Amino acid sequence: MNISLVMFLVFIAITLGVTYWASRRSAGASAYFAASQIKGWQNGIAVAGDYMSAASFLGIAGIIAFQGYDGFIFSVGWLVAYLTVLLVIAEPLRNAGKYTMADVLAYRLKPRPVRAMASLSTLTVSTFYMIAQMVGAGALVKLLLGNMVTYNQVVAGVGILMIVYVVFGGMLATTSVPIVKAVLLMAGTVLLSILVMAHFHFSFGQFFGAIGQVTYHDAKGAVVVKDFLTPGLRYKPPYGPLDLISLGLALIFGTAGLPHILVRFYTVPDAKTARNSVVWAMVLIGSFYIMTTFLGFGAATIVGPDFIKGHGGTNMSAPLLAQALAGNIFFAFISSIAFATILAVVAGLTISATTSFSHDFWTNVIHNGVERRPGEEVLVARISAFVVGAVAIGIAIMLGPTANVAFLVALAFAVAASANLPVIVLSIFWKRFNTVGAVTGLAVGLLASIGLILVSPSLMAVDPPTVTGTARHLIQAKAWFPLENPGILSIPLGFVGAIIGTLISSEPTAEEKFNELLVRSNTGLGAEKAVAH
Amino acid sequence: MGNAARNFGITEPKQYQAEKSSWDEIAASRQFQDLMATKKTFIVPAFIFFVVYYFALLLLVGYAPELMSTKVLDVNLAYLFALSQFFVAWIIAGLYVKAANGFDRLSKDILEKAENAKGGK
Repeated sequence: MNISLVMFLVFIAITLGVTYWASRRSAGASAYFAASQIKGWQNGIAVAGDYMSAASFLGIAGIIAFQGYDGFIFSVGWLVAYLTVLLVIAEPLRNAGKYTMADVLAYRLKPRPVRAMASLSTLTVSTFYMIAQMVGAGALVKLLLGNMVTYNQVVAGVGILMIVYVVFGGMLATTSVPIVKAVLLMAGTVLLSILVMAHFHFSFGQFFGAIGQVTYHDAKGAVVVKDFLTPGLRYKPPYGPLDLISLGLALIFGTAGLPHILVRFYTVPDAKTARNSVVWAMVLIGSFYIMTTFLGFGAATIVGPDFIKGHGGTNMSAPLLAQALAGNIFFAFISSIAFATILAVVAGLTISATTSFSHDFWTNVIHNGVERRPGEEVLVARISAFVVGAVAIGIAIMLGPTANVAFLVALAFAVAASANLPVIVLSIFWKRFNTVGAVTGLAVGLLASIGLILVSPSLMAVDPPTVTGTARHLIQAKAWFPLENPGILSIPLGFVGAIIGTLISSEPTAEEKFNELLVRSNTGLGAEKAVAH
Repeated sequence: MGNAARNFGITEPKQYQAEKSSWDEIAASRQFQDLMATKKTFIVPAFIFFVVYYFALLLLVGYAPELMSTKVLDVNLAYLFALSQFFVAWIIAGLYVKAANGFDRLSKDILEKAENAKGGK
């Protein structure tokens, strides 16, 4: 066993210990973390903790390290997205007293069909999100273990361990878990940023000078020197600029449709606290994403794309940067933070996806809202956690370690923006909206986004025979859809689906309850009584 | 693991209930209309502004990369514009919080009136 691996395991043990202690403490001392008393800043840190996943830390650093400025666009979009949450979604949801998408939709629509579709969509978004986490965790542990194991074995092993831990270990998604995680991640990022600047003698001139001439070998083996601050290294003509717009749409409208983020606005006492917590989250998330400048460009200039390519691929840029700057112990420390982050996000996702499935789909849709035996929902949730986990592990293995996790998460955002966002927005703001519209909107958004991803250049391309293994594209044919991110087409399709579905049917009861939802969501009338156990 | 709420350590509150007619009455009231109008005058322009500002970055970076690569200080236009997005987002969020305190005052009146009407029955 090497020193990094030992240190990694020690740090993981400490992190899990602190998390466990914090969640026990919050469960016992309910007065402190009670939902009705939780402060805006606490909830804000929790929101940030849930949001800054492996994609943020590992993925963006990687994209910037390989494709420079274009990777930074991900960082911008992931912060700006919170304005959609703040201006459009957070307060109406809190005021209406609803905390899952299914609940919002069931408010004035027919519960069974909308719950069925909503849980399906929640499950899909969570699986996509989870694939990215699995790829990140696999690459990370593979890097620590070296050549003892293959990437596939690591993903399967680590993935199963994580799911078992989440299902039986009881890492609850109480507010304290993401708070601990967010603090650790911020601390690691600030440290790394300071070390990067120290490397350049705290001179921005030297830092950006180095970014101006990153040297590496291209695919053909020729040495190239590029200015990494120039746009266009990833998004090249003819379709690149359009793909950039598509990515932007998915990012700024996807966040407001993420199930594990929406639920956070229910754990606060009122709309004012929900609002303040978004602002706190924005301060943290924004500072973090500005620092991806140091992580990503630092990795490009100090470690170099050539070295990263040979040591785990794009996703390992930030940990390798830590190793280059401060040795193996810091490397183990940063790796363990990334791993803990992944574990916490997997926990939150698994819980929101599987409870939605067992509660909304199994009990409410299949069994008419009756739990036939005590504990049946728990069992169904556990089984579905394993199914979701297995699917995510399988796809992560299929994609291989070279798939960038930030890119993968952007696809989850595209699905959320296409399926979830249109129906949430329309149910809050459009009186005429009805059950058929919600079902068709969710179905069209889901099918369009997934269908377009399947026929996109990420999965479809003709590889030369020299490309082998997981690096080969799944479908060896010219891509039918030229963009990697489907948002630009699938988000409008989601809206069109919802609007057409609504217009071809009529549902007077849904319209009758509109004023009630309108008044509740805008004034908070009768929604001030969230209480904790 | 019964439902999402339990996992997140919360219970669903008993909601304030009222007749359909009283919801319609509140929705039609002058005060509620004022609240909605006040909200719209801030939220709609703010939303449009941030969407336009954000996509301006993407369009310029995508379709005019040479222009955006113009050197400014140690960096370039593209990086400065991207960095400005963070500060613009923070400023809009700050302005919204300020405006929303005004919304709270308006909705407080509506809430009081509704509670009084309920007590009078």
